[in-house]
This record gives sequence, structure tokens and C-alpha cells, in this order.
Amino acid sequence: MSLHVDLKHRFRDFAVDLDFEVPEGITVLFGRSGSGKSTVIRAIAGLFKPDHARISLDGRVLCDSEAKLFLPPHKRRVGTIFQDARLFPHLTVAQNLDFGRRFSRRDVPEREVAQMVEMLGIGALLERRPDGLSGGEQQRVAIGRALLSGAELILADEPLAALDEGRKAEILPYFERLRDEIAIPVLYVSHSPAEVARLATTVIALEAGRVIGEGAADLVLSDPAVLPVGTAGAGALLRATVHAHHADGLTELSAGGAALFLPHLETPVGHPVRLRIAAQDVMLSLDRPTGLSALNILSGVVSQISPTQGAGVLVVLDTDAGRVLSQVTRRSVAALNLREGVRCHAVIKTVSIARDNIGA
Amino acid sequence: MGPEEWQAVALSLKVAFWAALASLPLGIFVAYALARWRFPGREILNGLVHLPLILPPVVTGYLLLISLGSRAPLGAFLQNFGIVFSFRWTGAALAAAIMGFPLMVRAIRLSIEAVDTKLEEAASSLGASPLTVFFRVTLPLSWPGILAGAVLAFAKALGEFGATITFVSNIPGQTRTLPSAIYAFLQVPGGEGAALRLVMISIALAMGALILSEILARRMSGGGRS
Repeated sequence: MSLHVDLKHRFRDFAVDLDFEVPEGITVLFGRSGSGKSTVIRAIAGLFKPDHARISLDGRVLCDSEAKLFLPPHKRRVGTIFQDARLFPHLTVAQNLDFGRRFSRRDVPEREVAQMVEMLGIGALLERRPDGLSGGEQQRVAIGRALLSGAELILADEPLAALDEGRKAEILPYFERLRDEIAIPVLYVSHSPAEVARLATTVIALEAGRVIGEGAADLVLSDPAVLPVGTAGAGALLRATVHAHHADGLTELSAGGAALFLPHLETPVGHPVRLRIAAQDVMLSLDRPTGLSALNILSGVVSQISPTQGAGVLVVLDTDAGRVLSQVTRRSVAALNLREGVRCHAVIKTVSIARDNIGA
Repeated sequence: MGPEEWQAVALSLKVAFWAALASLPLGIFVAYALARWRFPGREILNGLVHLPLILPPVVTGYLLLISLGSRAPLGAFLQNFGIVFSFRWTGAALAAAIMGFPLMVRAIRLSIEAVDTKLEEAASSLGASPLTVFFRVTLPLSWPGILAGAVLAFAKALGEFGATITFVSNIPGQTRTLPSAIYAFLQVPGGEGAALRLVMISIALAMGALILSEILARRMSGGGRS
């Protein structure tokens, strides 16, 4: 299953010109608000008619402006999870979940509904009306409703943006399970680096209506030339496994042979975790630092030095654990005489690996 | 109360009931079109719907008479199918329906406009066709307004006088509704007593209808919340 999008549209003050492929797993459209993410989502859902577009889902053409073909939304078999849950207020949770099922071309068995209710933890809510639910509960029901509609593609339009941090943490695991358990492509819109690092299989970085980078999540996120939300959002994605839980409350992770220490994680030993290491949380040192309280020090070779706006520079360090980005000043680069090929050490403060940046 | 007075009350209720009920589907359709569609002639349709509110009722009645009267071409044509309006209670219902139509459309249109189009988008993204979206999302969510519109049209129909008397005259048992009966009693000496009783009944019916619509609307929206 894959989605192909070729889209051009000119608005009064900006233009969208995109061409990309969405494979299985979660593909995150990553960019600032106003970069054209919502335009793309609405065009794929059929809620907006672009000037020029060819959109096909697994060979099935949803929209082809050349051929004057534009499938209406209800014939696209594309389920959308909106930022606001958009549950039907006059129906119960169970009726909301059931809404799309009757229109599905594929028979969605009762068993699948029960599984979905179980997975989303909404069994106790079934007889309630949406306006009695919390924002997080509403969004979980909306996810279930979209998945049970027999959709062949799920669009998630910043599904967490309207929720507070606690509710976000509540929903994120469901998207992870979606990614890992359900073989249906998901196009997920976000401007949050933490969400991208945690969920994305593939990243499509957007800036001002154009694709500025696309590919596997760890490659795109560690590319200093692709900063769709600015330098402050720069950070690398590392994949690690849980190595041991220590008595002093720390969890030891192993990433490519290198050891990393984190405050205790619930994840069992042997399980994979994703780590996001923000560029601004990484210091560089030429010598292996001693007498330092930081526990996590990765040794590597500078592979790229990329100036950013202002006094900042992003340094890419190839370590055993993977590529790490560090944001330092031009002055530091000059003082340390950093060049490509120089071996140095990345110092990562344990506490700076924020908890919501860790995903299973 | 005399049989003549009861007859007027019963006829009024019948005329108003059918006027409101029969015009409801068209009222919902027109309200939906005005609320949701952009089409050429939309303003003209809007104007036409509201015309009976502004025109002298006599004019509306006269227009009905010259278009649907038994000697008018359209009236004669409909007569072939057994549809007769002139000097029948059906004509009174038609006149009342037209006079109440602007009120009905207005109330329904407001409630349809209050339905979040984002919910309709969500429904279509779940695979519901436009017709299904209308029946399963838009209609249930605008139900209180639809009910209010129907009750308003009913109350308006109870009081309709000018267009009715012009179109279908004032025939006891056929077209003599409450207002026409009051008018008739006031024309004869000693009729004031009967007229006053009918006036009281008119006020009671109108108030009752309005209170009923309030209660129903509240129960509907309350039911959606609990």
C-alpha cells in the first residue's frame, strides 16, 4: 500500500508545490504552521480541490486534475483524524465508532471493533455522549472511528495539537501501536520534533509549500540542512535497546554498542526504544571529559559543520550510537578548531533527554 | 360555546396542523439550500420566501386566487387530478402554509447554519454520501430548530386571516377558521360574546403552541447532553 501525491496550488500569498510518496508505517509531514501541511491533508481527503493534482492510493486514482477526476470524500476510503476530534454530539461513543462501519466496502467484523475498543481503552465510555468525555478520550474515540471505517489510508491532522502535555502522553502510545500493529499507511501532520522522533517511520519535511527533505526518520532528523521548524527543533533520533535497570534508579540503554544512561524507564530489558537528542542539549569536547557530572558521553567524528542563522552552528557527529547533532556557536567551532574528520566527544546531560522524547 | 364556535376551533386546528406538516419538507429543503449552497438566484429565492411576510396578506390571497382558483388555468389543471383549493379547507391550509413559510424557513435555516460543517466533513470522510450526511448528521443536529420552525408555522397558521379570506372566503365548516369566525361574529349584532370567547381560545392556543415548542426544544437539546 502506498500513496502518491503530486500537488500544485497557488494561494493568494503562497504556493504549494509538492511531490512525494507515502509508504507503510507512519509518515510525518513535518513543518511549521503555514508550510502547507493542512492543504495537503485536505486535498488528499477530498475536502479541497487544488489547481493541479494527481493523487493515487495504491494505484487507485483519487484525484487527477488532467483527467478532470475528483473523487468526493466519501468515495476515497481515506479516514481522517482531525485536530478537534469532531465526534458527533448526538450519538453515543459506540454509535460514533459504528458510524463509518456501515459505509465500509470491507466488512469490518464485530471482533475488530472489540479489539479496537480494547486497544484504545474506551470500553467504559461506549454508552456515553462525546461532550462528557475529556479531550484525550474524545481523540481516542476519533482514532477508533477512523480506523473502523474501513479506510485504506489514515490522515492525522495534528491530532495532539489541541491537547495538553498529559493528554498527549496518553494518546502517543496508541499511534505507536497503530504504526507497529496495523498495516495501513498513516500520514501524520506535526510541527513537534518530539512527536516526529517518537512516531515517524518516514519524514517529509515541508517549508513554505515545498518538500525540503524526505526519507527515513533518523536520516532526515539528523540532516542539519533540513530544519523545517528551525534550529531550536533540531535533534537527532537514536535507536537503542534497554540493556539493564540499575539499582540506583537508572536505566542503561545500548545504542550501537555505546552505553547511555537514563532515569528509570518502564520498558523491559531487550526492548527497543527511540531517543531524541535535541541539538541544543549536546556539548562538544575535544578531549574525553573527566570530572564532569554528565553520564552520557559519545565519542565520534565530525562529519559536517553547518552554519545556521545568527551565531549558531550545527555540528554533525558520527558516533557508534548513530548521528548526533550538536548546536554550538561559531566562536566555539573556531576555538576548538573543529573541522570535518576531527574526533571529539558529545556530552549529553542525562536529564536533558526529556521523558516525552523517549518512545518505545 | 355554540357548535359554530367549536366548528371554527376544530377547523383552525386542522388547517394549521396540515399547513405546518405539509410545508415542513419543503421548508427544510429551502432552509438547507439557503444555509449551505451558493447558487445563482439564491437571493431571489430568499426574497420569494420572505415575500409573504412583507406583502399585504390580501395580495398573497389574491395571487393565490388568480393562479389556483377554479377558473385559473393552473387551478383547472390541478382539478383534473382531484386537487382543489378554491373555497375548500385545503385552500385555507395552503394560504396559511404560505404565510407561515418565512417564519418556518428562518428558524430552520438558523439551526442548520449552527450545525458545524466540520462534523459534516468528518461524516463524509467516514464514507457517508451527502444524502446520508444530511439525514444522519445535519438533520438530527438541527432538530430543535426544525421543531421550533414547525410550531411557529402552526401558530402563524392559526392566526392567518387576510390571505385566507381573500383566497377561500369565509364559509362555515369549510374555510371559516378562528379569525374568520371572530370577524363574522363581530359583523352581526350580539356577536361580541362569541367573538370574545374565540379571542380567548386563540390566545390560549397560540401561547400553548409556543410553550410546547420551548419545552420540546429544551428536551431535545437536553437529551443530547445527558
